[in-house]
Amino acid sequence: MALYREQGVVLRSYKLGETDRILHLFTQGRGKVRAVAKGVRRSGSRFGGRLEPFSHVDVQLYEGRELDVVTQAELITSFASVRGDWVLSACGSAMAEGADRVAQPDERSNGLFLLLLAGLRALSDAPAHPAVVLDAYLLRLASVAGYHPYLEGCASCGAPGAHPVFHIASGGTLCAGCAPPGSQPLASPVRAMLGVLADGDWADLGAGLGATGPDARARRAAGAVAHSFLAYHLGRPLRSWELVPR
Amino acid sequence: MYEGPVQDLITELGRLPGVGPKSAQRLAFHLLSAEPEDARRLARAILEAKERVRFCRRCFNVSEREECRICRDARRDAHVLCVVEEPRDLQAIEKTAEFRGRYHVLGGAISPIDGVGPERLHIRELLARLDAEDITEVVLATNPNIEGEATASFLARQLKAIGVPVSRIASGLPVGGDLEYADEVTLGRAFAGRRTL
Ligand SMILES: [Zn+2]
Ligand SMILES: [Zn+2]
Repeated sequence: MALYREQGVVLRSYKLGETDRILHLFTQGRGKVRAVAKGVRRSGSRFGGRLEPFSHVDVQLYEGRELDVVTQAELITSFASVRGDWVLSACGSAMAEGADRVAQPDERSNGLFLLLLAGLRALSDAPAHPAVVLDAYLLRLASVAGYHPYLEGCASCGAPGAHPVFHIASGGTLCAGCAPPGSQPLASPVRAMLGVLADGDWADLGAGLGATGPDARARRAAGAVAHSFLAYHLGRPLRSWELVPR
Repeated sequence: MYEGPVQDLITELGRLPGVGPKSAQRLAFHLLSAEPEDARRLARAILEAKERVRFCRRCFNVSEREECRICRDARRDAHVLCVVEEPRDLQAIEKTAEFRGRYHVLGGAISPIDGVGPERLHIRELLARLDAEDITEVVLATNPNIEGEATASFLARQLKAIGVPVSRIASGLPVGGDLEYADEVTLGRAFAGRRTL
């Protein structure tokens, strides 16, 4: 029975039997781990509220044949305020679902780990525009997964400049010469917003980028592009995304 | 894989919540070795429950009639509602004998990751009851987990906007337990929900 210790974030959990839960943890050292938390649904369980989704925990587990078993859990950050607000919780769920889809067992990715924590932290700061934080996270998640959206020039011929056509299958923007006939160019605020989602500061994103920032329509449109880009590479959309209030 | 009826039984049992393939097999072989009358009684109980039990048209509790026992009880306070996720939560609260109002069963909880949004729950019906039944207070008794918290937060926003006083059941330390063994989340919630004595 090999024991090991990891820090990780609880991505999601399923009920198992009368009092247990199966957890999907994204750990820093071992990638995605599926583990059982025994008795966690019993009131007065020694894990208490430490293993709820979004919790950043220091856990000890032992390796099982199909599922590992959690033996100890210490809280690093609870992110309880994200669970306590339904809009933040919906955004957090979409973040966790995305991470769950990208993460693989025994595949460590510090980039994903840091992105996930940065996204949850940005949500726990109670941003005025949590959906913008989510959209930025999703676009960056695509990068971490190996599909970096190329926005600095034409993704096909390399011609520099901020081209207005975003072509998902080509992995970024295309110049007028490379864009397939009939391509719809993005409106300029949407195009600009996409760039901010890709590398803007978390606090600015949460603030909706200030009074001079893009309007609600541009924010929504850029968010939809970010999600479509990720969904294209993951093979299907995120279930939670549709349910995020905007 | 087994043949014919045995496999059918295992498959059906395996579709029940919380029953994995191994448990389904164990249950199936238990039933096969049981007395025929035991098996018949179980089959009858399932069919009868399915035929006779329905959901209360007012509160969505399980009921044998159009309205459930609690909604029909004239001694209960008809202006105070307790909102729960499932009929079994209602039963748990009834056992405490602390609540004398009526209930509203949502039929689940918001869970974006499972694709369950507010429109899948009996929320529209709840909002309709507020006015129709002159509700003066709503107590939110959803589970203290991620789905229950999201649901309570969603409802609290809607109810406050309408102007109905709304409260959430306290969560905190289990009675009989030691404070030093409580986890930070639970203890933190217990603190946040402290009351004056
Ligand atoms: Zn080009
Ligand atoms: Zn009823």
